[in-house]
Amino acid sequence: MTGSPAAFTRVLNGRSIDVASIPAVPHAPFADALLAAVADGQRVASCFGARAGTRAGASAGARAGADDPVELFAVLADDARSELHVGRTRVESGVFPSLTPRCPQVHLFEREIHEQFGLLPEGHPWLKPVRFQRPFGRPRGDAAPPEIGVADFYRVEGEEVHEVAVGPVHAGVIEPGHFRFQCHGEQVLHLEISLGYQHRGVERALAGGPDKRTVHYAETLAGDATVSHATACCQVLEALARVQKPARAQSLRGVALELERLANHVGDLGALANDVGFLPTAAYCGRIRGAFLNMTASLCGSRFGRGLVRPGGVGFDAEPARVAELLASLDAEEKDTANAVNLLWEASSVMARFEGTGTLPASVCRELGIVGPVARASGLDRDARHDQPCGIFRFAHVPVATCDSGDVFARAYVRWLEIQRSITFVREQLRALPQGPIRSAMRPLEGNRLAVAVVESWRGEVCHVAITDPTGRIDRYKVCDPSFHNWAGLAYALRNQEISDFPLCNKSFNLSYCGHDL
Amino acid sequence: MFDILRARWQQGHRTMPFPKGAPPAMPDRFRGRPTIDRGKCPDGCRACADACPTDAIRLGETAAIDLGRCLFCTDCVEACPEGALTYSGDYRLAARGREDLVVAEGAELPLARALDDKLRRLFGRSLKLRQVSAGGCNGCESDLNVLNTVGWDLGRFGVQFVASPRHADGLLITGPVTRNMQLALRKTWDAVPEPKIVIAVGACAISGGPYIGHEEASDGAAAAVPVDLFIPGCPPHPLTVLDGLLRLLGRIEGDHARRPGRAGP
Repeated sequence: MTGSPAAFTRVLNGRSIDVASIPAVPHAPFADALLAAVADGQRVASCFGARAGTRAGASAGARAGADDPVELFAVLADDARSELHVGRTRVESGVFPSLTPRCPQVHLFEREIHEQFGLLPEGHPWLKPVRFQRPFGRPRGDAAPPEIGVADFYRVEGEEVHEVAVGPVHAGVIEPGHFRFQCHGEQVLHLEISLGYQHRGVERALAGGPDKRTVHYAETLAGDATVSHATACCQVLEALARVQKPARAQSLRGVALELERLANHVGDLGALANDVGFLPTAAYCGRIRGAFLNMTASLCGSRFGRGLVRPGGVGFDAEPARVAELLASLDAEEKDTANAVNLLWEASSVMARFEGTGTLPASVCRELGIVGPVARASGLDRDARHDQPCGIFRFAHVPVATCDSGDVFARAYVRWLEIQRSITFVREQLRALPQGPIRSAMRPLEGNRLAVAVVESWRGEVCHVAITDPTGRIDRYKVCDPSFHNWAGLAYALRNQEISDFPLCNKSFNLSYCGHDL
Repeated sequence: MFDILRARWQQGHRTMPFPKGAPPAMPDRFRGRPTIDRGKCPDGCRACADACPTDAIRLGETAAIDLGRCLFCTDCVEACPEGALTYSGDYRLAARGREDLVVAEGAELPLARALDDKLRRLFGRSLKLRQVSAGGCNGCESDLNVLNTVGWDLGRFGVQFVASPRHADGLLITGPVTRNMQLALRKTWDAVPEPKIVIAVGACAISGGPYIGHEEASDGAAAAVPVDLFIPGCPPHPLTVLDGLLRLLGRIEGDHARRPGRAGP
């Protein structure tokens, strides 16, 4: 298939286009083009509603009200050609035909559109709340949002069937979410995941920006993926302001992103070891994760990379002495990590728990639009650094790591492969940092434009989309964390598994609750 | 088995001596206590206060920084044309009262005093905490988990995170307390037997953090439960959290480590 799907407009990762260049077509051609693209192998990276109010020529400063018409936007990722395509359609009379029955990967996007804008996707198999929030545009004193956790969910009836409820407050130090297992003895027939406990209203608050909180909202969308989300947000702002980043900044952003991947992957392998009671690797990886966090802190003072990625470039430079120290730390931790992790593959007790547990078939990954190491562990070679290269990844390629069994072992092994490749990448970048400045001056954002940024965080693809009003203020900001795609994958992977393997499966996905809830 | 033993030998003993020995070295760019030198301020300049994302800087007759709102970011330092704002490497930030965190220029932050004698006898050598993540970003939670790793080893102080509020002596709360977590937090608090304490960790739990003023959140834990210890940061460094916990238990007083169970000077 050449060119954009009919009625869709091409945009590149980290670039912006005139909103007017995306024709607002009726729903039928929009749906047909989307379905044909997905059948052809493209993915839905984002799909969301936006009120047409301020962009339809209303006076500057007018905020879209609850009664303005709603447009649907879809961002398709054509990974084979490294292109993104944006389409839009206007929804009349508050109802549109659901695409979920023919395209399951939009199931949660449609539920979200229903919750955020009150539109009805007719024919959606199960409209449940997503975040238990009030619709956008309602005044603050208006009716209360729906009660959290109260929804109709898939149940299994039977004398020997029982339900196990977990959360929102979990046993360990971890974010809140509710899991409801339908069980027969130890076997899980179905897992229902109900989230929204971390909903902070960030998308609502980002509209009207950029302002002094914008980059902080981006950094805390998912605090353990600070660099990933901050990078996506800054790329969107830079695209809208037509600002080029200096080469040194691009390289340092890449280093920061990969250090974040290293810390989290090492932490995850330790946590997986802990969940199967294999304490040596759990203990060593717990410490080594801290060592990688300290490398990020060496760059910017914050273990999570707060303050490092800023619009126009990066907030901190790395002088030769610092770079030398980082390289020395990298060498030391590379040895210690290999020493700790390789014990896992040799321990039959570990492998007996990991292998064959929580299998997610490749076909389901494709159907649900799964991203990140979870998808790669099921054999799909999707990685935004490779498929939609932006920034330093246009010049430095990190080989895509895949495994094909789709079980907990595969998700652990893909992380180990990525750890090795990220160490190589960081070393290469630090040894050859380009000379020059680290930050370009920002300019005001251009009006009536749409920008997309896709970043491969350690969990998977982060997708930020922003649309500006005629004055250059942000009219709509849409965040799609990889967890938004992947929670459904966890629910699927638990089917016919033993309930005692849930912590292990959950950890092997390691999804973000707050990244989903926003 | 031999491989496992060899790995143990290579990884070595990593638990830090702190508080009996020096604390671990912090990165040179670490942002600890911020201070403002009003003498450097041009007349009428409000650049820092205007740049602060959470309005943590109060400029009146005297200047003050509200550490409970502070995100420990770089916006004020970047905005100041005269270099009047600096971050020290001081990781000691925990305080017992909310107002203690509003530190005027030149003043000392009143660091957390220990619990009273009765509570110290109960909790001084064994403090079980139930962690409630009430809408934060998982930054605080991640660095709290670090306290259980071998370098920090929180367990050696008798402090442990437990799986049920019924096993707990108190709550450790992170996040601004979203509307969607209010009931869960309330139920968890009610289920902790008396006497109980609450520790608020991070800017969100103290003041709402980046979400101050959001209708979806509550501007911090104090809106729901009485708080006994506030540990600022975004997220606070594990050393800041550990220092705060140990001061609460009377294991650190002033600059000195104390033996457990000792009351008074």
